[in-house]
Amino acid sequence: MAFDYVRAAKYFVLWDFLVGFKLGMKYFFKPKATINYPYEKGPLSPRFRGEHALRRYPNGEERCIACKLCEAICPAQAIVIDAEPRDDGSRRTTRYDIDMTKCIYCGYCQEACPVDAIVEGPNFEFATETREELFYDKQKLLDNGERWEAEIARNLELDAPYR
Amino acid sequence: MYEFFTTTNLGITLLILGQVLLIVVPLLVALAFILWADRKVWAAVQQRKGPNVVGAFGLLQSFADFLKYVVKEIVVPAGADKFVFFLAPMLSLVLAMVAFSVVPFNEGWVLADINVAILFIFAVSSLEVYGVIMGGWASNSKYPFLGSLRSAAQMISYEVSIGLIIIGVILSTGSMNLTDIVNAQKGAGLLSWYWIPHFPMMILFLISAHAETNRPPFDLPEAESELVAGYQVEYSSTPFLLFMIGEYVAITLMTAMITLLFFGGWLSPIPGLPDGIGWMFLKMGFFWFIFMMTKAIVPRYRYDQLMRIGWKVFLPLSLAWVVLVAFFAQYGAFWGTYARWTVGG
Repeated sequence: MAFDYVRAAKYFVLWDFLVGFKLGMKYFFKPKATINYPYEKGPLSPRFRGEHALRRYPNGEERCIACKLCEAICPAQAIVIDAEPRDDGSRRTTRYDIDMTKCIYCGYCQEACPVDAIVEGPNFEFATETREELFYDKQKLLDNGERWEAEIARNLELDAPYR
Repeated sequence: MYEFFTTTNLGITLLILGQVLLIVVPLLVALAFILWADRKVWAAVQQRKGPNVVGAFGLLQSFADFLKYVVKEIVVPAGADKFVFFLAPMLSLVLAMVAFSVVPFNEGWVLADINVAILFIFAVSSLEVYGVIMGGWASNSKYPFLGSLRSAAQMISYEVSIGLIIIGVILSTGSMNLTDIVNAQKGAGLLSWYWIPHFPMMILFLISAHAETNRPPFDLPEAESELVAGYQVEYSSTPFLLFMIGEYVAITLMTAMITLLFFGGWLSPIPGLPDGIGWMFLKMGFFWFIFMMTKAIVPRYRYDQLMRIGWKVFLPLSLAWVVLVAFFAQYGAFWGTYARWTVGG
């Protein structure tokens, strides 16, 4: 077997290191992949499952009819609903709580909902300082719905062809 | 005034203290920016931005980190030997710093111009392993102990070859004084430095320097995927900071050594341009860049590979080179390239 001089020479001049160095320098001057997070944000899919929101109809009526399908399907059992007939006879929720510390953001509640009332919006920046603040009640969810309605409606519309 | 600083004991002490400060303070300030640059280079190769929030381009990041380390709580493990536990990081920093007392930055710009400067540096950098061993042992914890065992074996292995590499340079110069070694490289600029006649050893020294300072790809003592952080696991706050600064000072020392031994220290690479301290810093910066890039591009060695390369490749090679250089120097081979004591120094 002949002695492989080329390989030996490459070994002694650290050929692999030099090739690696060249590659490293190539990437050194490439544009950075990092985004400046709080100031720049990455794109979100219309299907993104973030913070929950309860929506209303355009006339201001709550969408939720207290069918409790979301409560039933929730794999983390994070949703608690109580319902009573309202004065005008229609059934509405008196209590709609989501424990955001239990929620696994699977999106089943959104899938189960027959009236598109509970949805997961595009917001993912809802960190709080205390645990209690993450026990969302009906009022908080309705407020979320008002705050994110524009984005939620657009996302639902964009995603509709694929459902 | 001049009399006071050169004749009285107090004056001489003050003068030396001043000189020490003149070395230590710029070194530490430079280190803050080296740390920043290290992270930036590492980030750039991985297409990240690196620290860019504190100060312009994140330049003040190291100072923010420094503050953070200092104000954090010091956690001492329950079973730790307190005295040794705190001695270890101080030792590793102080020993790394002490070596700079004999490093000449320019013609005559040296705190202690001793004849055995190289031996001194070699001795002090061998002692640095004690900081690591003591830290690992005093933590009284498993991972630090394993990390310190590894690092002891590693540093001892590579010191052997570093010692033999240095002998080659000493043979060529006929002196162990670093200023003499640099002056022996005077002549045709870039081409008369030791890196050409001692080329294989220059590469071996560069690699051994990585191993000696526990830098990637030889950062086995702190291999985070296996040992969490090796001997530093139980350290927090200021003691950890001391370990980290010690490590970076040791690397800076190694860049200075490479520059002095193989790349002509403060000598200018192009004949005609004036020599000066700027060249020294430029070359040290260049080698720091090599260190940073190595960290970014090279995967970590396995422990048996590390030992194999140290004992079976570096040791025989450097030993053979010493014999070879001795012959070249004795018989004036290559027009006396290897026997500079006849021309300079």
